[in-house]
Amino acid sequence: MIDPSAPGFWSDLFEVLLIGTGQTLYMVGVALLVTIIVGLPLGILLVGTEKGGLFSAPFGSRRAGIVINRVLDFVVNLGRSVPFIILMIAVIPFTRLIVGTFIGSTAAIVPLSLVAIPFFARMVEIAIKEVEPGLSEAADSLGATSWQIVRKVLVPEALPSILLGLATTVTSIINFSAMVGTVAGGGLGDVAFRYGYQRYSTIHMVAVIIVIYLIVQALAALAAWGARRLQRQNS
Amino acid sequence: MIAITDVTKTFGRADRRVTALDNVSLTVERGEIFGVAGQSGAGKSTLIRTVNLLERPDSGSIEVDGRVLTSLAGAELRSARRGIGMIFQHFNLLTSRTVQGNVELALEIVGVEARERRRRAAEILDLVGLSSKASVYPGQLSGGQKQRVGIARALAAKPSVLLSDEATSALDPETTRSILALLKTINAELGLTVLLITHEMDVVKTICDSAALLEGGRVTETGNLVDLIRTPGSRLARDLFPLGEVHTPAGHTVVDITFSGGLADRPVIAQLARVHGLDVSILGAAVETIGGNQAGRTRLALPGARDDIDRALADLRGQGLLVEVVGGADA
Repeated sequence: MIDPSAPGFWSDLFEVLLIGTGQTLYMVGVALLVTIIVGLPLGILLVGTEKGGLFSAPFGSRRAGIVINRVLDFVVNLGRSVPFIILMIAVIPFTRLIVGTFIGSTAAIVPLSLVAIPFFARMVEIAIKEVEPGLSEAADSLGATSWQIVRKVLVPEALPSILLGLATTVTSIINFSAMVGTVAGGGLGDVAFRYGYQRYSTIHMVAVIIVIYLIVQALAALAAWGARRLQRQNS
Repeated sequence: MIAITDVTKTFGRADRRVTALDNVSLTVERGEIFGVAGQSGAGKSTLIRTVNLLERPDSGSIEVDGRVLTSLAGAELRSARRGIGMIFQHFNLLTSRTVQGNVELALEIVGVEARERRRRAAEILDLVGLSSKASVYPGQLSGGQKQRVGIARALAAKPSVLLSDEATSALDPETTRSILALLKTINAELGLTVLLITHEMDVVKTICDSAALLEGGRVTETGNLVDLIRTPGSRLARDLFPLGEVHTPAGHTVVDITFSGGLADRPVIAQLARVHGLDVSILGAAVETIGGNQAGRTRLALPGARDDIDRALADLRGQGLLVEVVGGADA
């Protein structure tokens, strides 16, 4: 039990929160970056390798397209089905291979990215499917390559939806980042667990909830603002 | 020049095959405006989409300006497509780009450098009368303005052929006229060959030099408009002169008389009455400017014995008029 009236309580709380927030932002930020870098192309490939898609016959073979599509679909579904706590433990050997350890904030980035990538890839897939097929066709009629269609038509046109999908993705990364606190990943989840749960400090618990709420709200507002800015021309 | 030869296109699997195009052949001469008319489902859209191979035909060949497109693939096909502009019913403009950006897209694809892109886009926007809207997004434009952007984008890479897929079908009549006038100007000034598809005969009448009728995936009529209106029984000609259904008064024979070229000022009715003693009633008439020439069709009801009428009609035919019996006793 922590005594809130003890000298230094508030400055300790502040310091703990600051470190926790820093760790959370670090984990979430890097995981988000990895998610975008891997998830965006993955989502594009998921749509592209479908029947009639831009990459439906890579290397001139429709069979290759079908195989890639099925494999990606399976991997994405698998990633989305496995509960995070199980995934986190299951990928420990992989985490060790990449980071060298499976403890700490840096190590936590690996499972966080792995859970967010399939999620975001589906969001990208949906956003791109919403783009009017006539737009790709127009670019096609102008003699565009598949790569030009992706870069100049599909991604820019889907960007408002992708951005909103990204906001949902960040929220779930933050959600999962709290869970890694329980396995020595650090961050705000760790603060809530060690101080709020194990030492019964309601104040810590409430403070963590407030900070996380503020982070999520700020990111959601940012994404909504960005999407609105991009969509202003559609009005 | 566009040569479509024996093109067949089917959709669906073996057990449920739908033939969209059935051995279609058409020739569009360099510099002309060619209209393909037909009802929805006739295969018009499929036809125009096979010309730049957005839809690859099952068999047959497509030749545009001497290049056999159906034998091309990959980079060669893309390069050939750059010589063929296309505009669409729903404009298909990028909402993420300004008007200028949409036009520049065509030039980016071809690989024109930035400064040249800006210059060319400005030049073409001026041609379509949208210079003042260069930095506006398509969402803020009217339908007619959007189609002008579509036209500017299609022309940016300086194609020799323009394909128009129902480009005016989503527009009101007045806007349609202004867009058609623009197409006509472009055709005249740039010497562009235009192939358009439409379900509106007004479009064919207003700007086309030649036309074809597509029914159930087959070309049932094709030719120069001036020739078509002189062709007995031509469905296209009948659609060009909207005289409606034939209602035959009892004891009458109904005939359609078509005037074209220098025959438009013949005093036919007076002649029928005076020379042949027939009490002519006028059931309908239409005068149209077709292919730049005045042409008219009058529907008359003639009373009396068929023999007398036949004599009178033979007389008119002898003067070079197209006379068709459309109703009445053994019509």
